[in-house]
Amino acid sequence: MDPGEFFASSRVLIVAGKGGVGKTVTAATIAAAASRCGLSVLLVEVSGRSAAAPMFGADAQGYEEAVLVHAGNQHGEIRGRSITPDQALVEWLSGHGFQRIVKRMTKSGLLEVVATATPGIKDLLVFGRIKALEAARAADLIVVDAPAAGHALGFLRSPAGVREAARSGTIHRQAVEVLEMISDPSRCQVVLVTIPEETPINELIETSFAVEDEVGVKLGPVVVNSVLPRIDGLDGRLRWAKCSDHERSDLATAAEFRAGRTALQDEQLARLEDRLPLPQIRLPQIFGTSIGPDDLEQLATTMLAEIESLEDLS
Amino acid sequence: MNAYAELIGGRDVIVCCGTGGVGKTTTAAATAVAAARSGKRAVVVTIDPAKRLADALGIAELGNTPTEIAGPWPGKLAALMLDTKSTFDDVVRRHAHDDHQAERILSNRFYRNVSGTLSGTQDYMAVEKLSELYDSGDWDLVVVDTPPTRDALAFLEAPKLLARLLDNPIYRIVTAPSRGVFRAVNSAAQTVLRQLARVVGATVVDEAVAFFQAFEGMEDGFRDRANATLKLLGDQRTAFVLVASPRADTLMEARYFLDRIRTADLDAAAVVVNRVLPSVSTSPERATELVRSLAGTQAAGAAVALADLAGSGAEDQSRIHEITDAAPDAIMVQVPLLADDVHDLDGLATIADLLTAD
Repeated sequence: MDPGEFFASSRVLIVAGKGGVGKTVTAATIAAAASRCGLSVLLVEVSGRSAAAPMFGADAQGYEEAVLVHAGNQHGEIRGRSITPDQALVEWLSGHGFQRIVKRMTKSGLLEVVATATPGIKDLLVFGRIKALEAARAADLIVVDAPAAGHALGFLRSPAGVREAARSGTIHRQAVEVLEMISDPSRCQVVLVTIPEETPINELIETSFAVEDEVGVKLGPVVVNSVLPRIDGLDGRLRWAKCSDHERSDLATAAEFRAGRTALQDEQLARLEDRLPLPQIRLPQIFGTSIGPDDLEQLATTMLAEIESLEDLS
Repeated sequence: MNAYAELIGGRDVIVCCGTGGVGKTTTAAATAVAAARSGKRAVVVTIDPAKRLADALGIAELGNTPTEIAGPWPGKLAALMLDTKSTFDDVVRRHAHDDHQAERILSNRFYRNVSGTLSGTQDYMAVEKLSELYDSGDWDLVVVDTPPTRDALAFLEAPKLLARLLDNPIYRIVTAPSRGVFRAVNSAAQTVLRQLARVVGATVVDEAVAFFQAFEGMEDGFRDRANATLKLLGDQRTAFVLVASPRADTLMEARYFLDRIRTADLDAAAVVVNRVLPSVSTSPERATELVRSLAGTQAAGAAVALADLAGSGAEDQSRIHEITDAAPDAIMVQVPLLADDVHDLDGLATIADLLTAD
């Protein structure tokens, strides 16, 4: 399908997955790819770390919005900002009559009591901020790098959870409004991220069914990160190779290791395809110290090509 | 005996911490296997094991008591998968003055939120389970896998959690006598509570108040318990093992964890780096040359594979050195990237070998 159409099909893309699968890289790649389709993008990080900014060669962003990539002839602007759950709660309470005592509430632990009394309230309020940005048309596309670790599902479940826990009051209304946004595919979609290994793929499959059944959010394509590029002829004979003996043994080690990893990876990718009827976008493993602008460019190019080769999703 | 084997031999409690996706559960389980093989009675508390590993350990069902695992070792090996809610229920029953008080708390909705979703509850219950197993005297070594958290110190803060909650102004307000000097405080507090009710709904506030009232008189028990546990975690009986992988982002997290462990004056005794690539002596530059010189030959594919491996291997090693420098006193163990995920006892035995190899 046309990548431009794909990125314009909903205004918010939530990138979710377990820790260690490259969620931030994926969110940054989506931002870069959408920008190359001419869209303006706002990249939101909710973990409190500004891990994406360096990938664009920009300074770490704070809570304030920062431009990561300036708009050009061929691409849209990319801005980044961070919204952390704690800040979202403090700000929200400040805006609802607690501005004078919110500091004391934080210090005394009363804030934690409020958060406990309404589980998911912080995550919901992060969604609330995203909804406000969406309503204000802050960008053509808002990409959200969802919380890390085992929290992906908890984060997505939070609006429904709060709606049940707080049956009245302003927070209840907030939950209802957020649910409207996340269950409307033209406003919000979730992109799940994994790597081609057994455990992450098992978790992805479980999460995806839970997300669709319980949360009622539309799932976009699955992004599979760190896919080892195929190398042909790994089983070629090394006996006559012009190199030293220790290099020959290194060549053998490398070829054997790579062939083994590739075989395992193929097995896992096939299993994912078999078990989960969602289109896959595969991104190559990046061999390099840390992801920089050049790598991101390369990843975005691959992503655009992969989207191009997908059937129409609708 | 290697240094990690010595560590296993010398401590009563080993806490495995680190971010998700680095093989923390596997490392914890393999550490317990190594202890059982050296003749110890070892138990491992897992938090969220991958299903196949849980099946292999016989703990696929939530069980809050250790399940013994038979195997060819002189010691004893058992595992359990932490059930946060029932551990919390046990804690409440243990500290309650009578059944009536326990029931009042267990049926309260705020309590159910606390036991299910309060940030840090899982950490808190892992610590509770740890103390319980340690106190039972049934085990020579308790190994604990920690939950993946956004905050590195959540696990260390956990024992203080309920004590802190019970030190909360709401608690003091709702349990204070409503006469005399407290009266003014109380009415100011009532205003805050009313205001909160407008925002989060009245039921939520009522339930929270009822919860704190139900807890009356239990706070000392919790505080004493928290202090005892913190002492156990803080002295030489306990070792913290940081589990990491050589990827840039997880190593950055690992260094952050190390700093936090040290700041809290705890013993970061070992660093286990999992998923280390096989090492080759060919330099990345030479490997790139080989790609060119061997192009079109039978060895062309192997040369490309070697260039990738030599490049990433060198980066991995330099990142591992960074963490060694950051923790010069810690035992360093590197575990190679294995062909397959570990999901049986044989796999754990292999990891145990690698952890304790000379």
